[in-house]
Order: sequence, then structure tokens, then C-alpha cells
Amino acid sequence: MTLFKKRKYIFTKRLDQLFSDLYSTVRFILLFLKDGFSRPFHFKSILHQCYEIGIKSLPLITLTGFIVGMVFTKQARPSLEDFGATSWLPSLMGIATIKALGPLVTALICAGKIGSGIGAELGSMKVTEQIEAMEVSSTDPFKYLVVTRIWATTVSITILVFYCSFLMLLGSYFNVHTEESSSMLTYFQNAFSTITFLDIFALIFKSVLYGFTIGIVGCYKGYHARQGTVGVGRAANQAVVTSMFLIFIEEVLVVQVAHWIRYF
Amino acid sequence: MEKLQKHFINRDEPVISIRGLHKSFEQLDVLQGIDFTLYKGENVAILGKSGTGKSVLIKIIAGLLKPDKGEVFALGKQVDKLKRKELSDLRLRIGFSFQNSALYDGMNIYQNLAFPLVMNSKNMTRREITIAVERVAEAVGLKDKLSQMPSDLSGGQRKRIGIARTLILKPEIMLYDEPTAGLDPITSTEIIELINSVQRRYNTSSIIITHDLTCAKNTSDRAAMLHDGKFIKVGTFDELFGTNEEPLKEFYDYNFIH
Repeated sequence: MTLFKKRKYIFTKRLDQLFSDLYSTVRFILLFLKDGFSRPFHFKSILHQCYEIGIKSLPLITLTGFIVGMVFTKQARPSLEDFGATSWLPSLMGIATIKALGPLVTALICAGKIGSGIGAELGSMKVTEQIEAMEVSSTDPFKYLVVTRIWATTVSITILVFYCSFLMLLGSYFNVHTEESSSMLTYFQNAFSTITFLDIFALIFKSVLYGFTIGIVGCYKGYHARQGTVGVGRAANQAVVTSMFLIFIEEVLVVQVAHWIRYF
Repeated sequence: MEKLQKHFINRDEPVISIRGLHKSFEQLDVLQGIDFTLYKGENVAILGKSGTGKSVLIKIIAGLLKPDKGEVFALGKQVDKLKRKELSDLRLRIGFSFQNSALYDGMNIYQNLAFPLVMNSKNMTRREITIAVERVAEAVGLKDKLSQMPSDLSGGQRKRIGIARTLILKPEIMLYDEPTAGLDPITSTEIIELINSVQRRYNTSSIIITHDLTCAKNTSDRAAMLHDGKFIKVGTFDELFGTNEEPLKEFYDYNFIH
């Protein structure tokens, strides 16, 4: 940061700001990698955050997952009927849910609900000097506030992705069952018939990555909030926008890498 | 409101020593060569207009900001050279009372007061922590507020709890950032009395950042006037304001005439 202090600007104001942000983001991530795996772990605080992040998101995830699965199936059915391929509906839903919809829908909901919450909470603590107060009372605020939240988002969102994916398939089954009576076991067997180990691995990898992204972006934006209450609002907003942006980029990259591995 | 009991100041034992301190933010030079010593048992008020760098100075002492140039020693340790763990250990011996109290919104008053002990005294039982919390809450006269949230308290009560939270670790040095800012005269008087009673009870050395001359006069053994990034005069309150020197006179007149 001192690199940018004495001279007015090295390049332009915006470019300098961009490099400065990049530098502090990398530092932030490295600090997490250092502190996230060293004592003290504050397990109690991590569990509390898991409750705040994971358990409190369950109603929203439940509703969204079930409805998305049901609506997607309902919308897909007419097109498959045209080709006489309604029997492929469970497989289609399996592929759509495990490969894309499950992790993506969960991540986007969590980016909105959890990312903004973390950004606003830490932002508010920052501008009211609560983080400094923690620091002067010999508590490392990074470990206590940031590390615990990033662990909690990573773990909770990974679990939520599986939960949401299951509910999507359940919603889909509910729709299928109302149209044509079928057994749940057969439906799920068909849904997973085309799913490979690589798909499940990619699902787990994406879930962990999205959880980590939402946690680190929310914490970074909140932890670096400035300029009073305006800064708190800005931190919350930027936490959502940046998380979503990164999630879409990560989705494209993971899908591409998975594709390469599949046909390697 | 005068300091009732004269306490012992050990002039052979500096607890804070600052030499040639400079600090700037981008193009703004806030501190431009500060030299200062705080002795054991002494209260020093640092006066100055808003934006002169008073709070920056105590944040540097507490290790919250890094100086650009110069040396800052607190309790024999050079603050800016300490490693994370060493700085953390030093902070256990320095209390910092924030201007807006900085109470943790998500915790009730008991949890706010217990937090430093829970995080730093792993060997203490829950019972011992409760006793310590009750004792310190009693010292600031707010034992009955332990179950309330910070948002339920008045400005003066929040300041008291903020001071109590720092006292729970029994610091040797207290840094007060604008302890009476935004308070009515009666509550200000209560806070001034609290600062004096803290010193008597806990035998602390203190730096009181303020632009309130009543607070400075009634709490400090010495006062220092910060102007344009430097101390323009350091001495007793009467030595500072017994003359017609500018900008001291202007500062004095503004406080008592307006």
C-alpha cells in the first residue's frame, strides 16, 4: 500500500485503485490461508456462524429448490413430449440439477442473502470502530470475524448445495408424479443414471469454491468498508455484485475444465 | 470535580515515550515530529482542534496505525517493531476507550464486558469471569444494565461500559479518545469523575484526547497542545492557558466563551 502513497498517481486514479485493490485482495486471501489453518480455531464462533448462515437460509433454499425443480420439469415436459421422450425427463433433471442448477441457484441465493449480510455486518463493525476495539483488546479480529465466517460459508454452502439439489429433484419428482404416477426410487435411479463420478466431484468442488468465494468477498468488502453508513451500504452491495460476478466466471471455468477432463 | 487526591507520579519511569513521530495520509501530513513522554501514574490531556491528529497519535501508540517515521515506546517495547503476538501481549496492558464507545452491537453488556476475558484468559472459569464482569460494571455504576443491549443505553452509559470493557483486563495505561464528546455537561462531569476514579482505583497512567477544556483541567496533571502536527506547548493546564499566546488563547476563548 505504501507504494501508492507519496506520488499522486502512478498510472491513473482508477488503474492505481484497481492494482491497490488487487494487491489487498491477494493479501487478504493469503492471510486467510495462513490464519485459517492455525490455532486458535474459535469452533464455537464457527458453529454460531454456520447456524446464522446455514440453518437460517434453509427456508429460502427449500422453497427455491423445490419450486425451481417443479417449474423446470413442467416447462421441459412439452418439448420432450414433441419428441416422445418424456421418459428422459428424470435424466434431464439429474443432469441439469447436478451439473448446473443446484450449485448455481444455491450460490446466487446465498450471494444475495449471506454475502450482503456479512458485508453489511462487518462494514458496520468497521465504521463504528468495533473491529479496532477488538484489536486493542488483544483479540485478532481477522481470526475471530473473518476466518470463522469464511469457514462457515464454505461448509454451510457446500451442504446447502446438496440440500438444494435434492429438493430440486424432489420438486421435479412431485411434478412428474402428478402427471404420471411413478415411484420415487425409479425416478431417482433414472435421474442419476447419467451422472458420473466426475460430475459429483465437480459438484463438490464448485460448492466449496462458491462458498469460499461468497465468504471471502463478503468479508473483504465489509472489512474494508469506509466512509460511514454510505460505506456499509456500498460494502453490502459490492459483496453481492462481486460474488455473483465471480460465481459466473468460476462456473464457466469449472465447466470447461470438467469438459477437458471428461474427454482427455 | 477537582482531582481530590494527588497521586504519585514517577518521573523516573516513562511508560510511553515518543520521539520524532511523523504520520501522513496521502498528501496530508498529520503528525510532523512529535516528541512526548508519559510517566507512570500521570494523566496527560492532549488538546487540539478536530483533525489535528490527536486520535491518530493514540492509535499509533496502541499499534492500530504504523508511524511513517520516528519511534514509539510503550511499557518499554517499541510498538511499531513488535510482531503480532508481542503486540497482542502489549495490548493486554493498554486500555483504549473509543470516542463512540465501540461496543459490540450483537452482544449484550455482559458479553461485551466478558469478551476480552473470554478471548484472553482461557484458564478463567465462567464463575470467575462473571465475578470480574460484575466488579467492573459496579466500578462504573452500571451493574444493573448487564442484560441490556448497547442500543438500550444512553451515550454516557455507553461510554462508561466502553471504559469498563478496557478496565476488565486491568491495563497499566489508559488511552481515552474524546471521553466527553457529544455528552451533556452533567454526564461529562460523571465521565470526568470516572476517569479520576479509574486512576485512583487501578493506578493507571492515562492519555486523554479531548478538545473539552473542562475535561482536560479536571483530569490531567499535564496538558499538551497539538497544532499543525506538532506540540506547541506542554505543561500544566495553567502554564498552557495562563498566557496570551496564540493559538492557545484562541482555543481557550472558544471553549469558554462560545
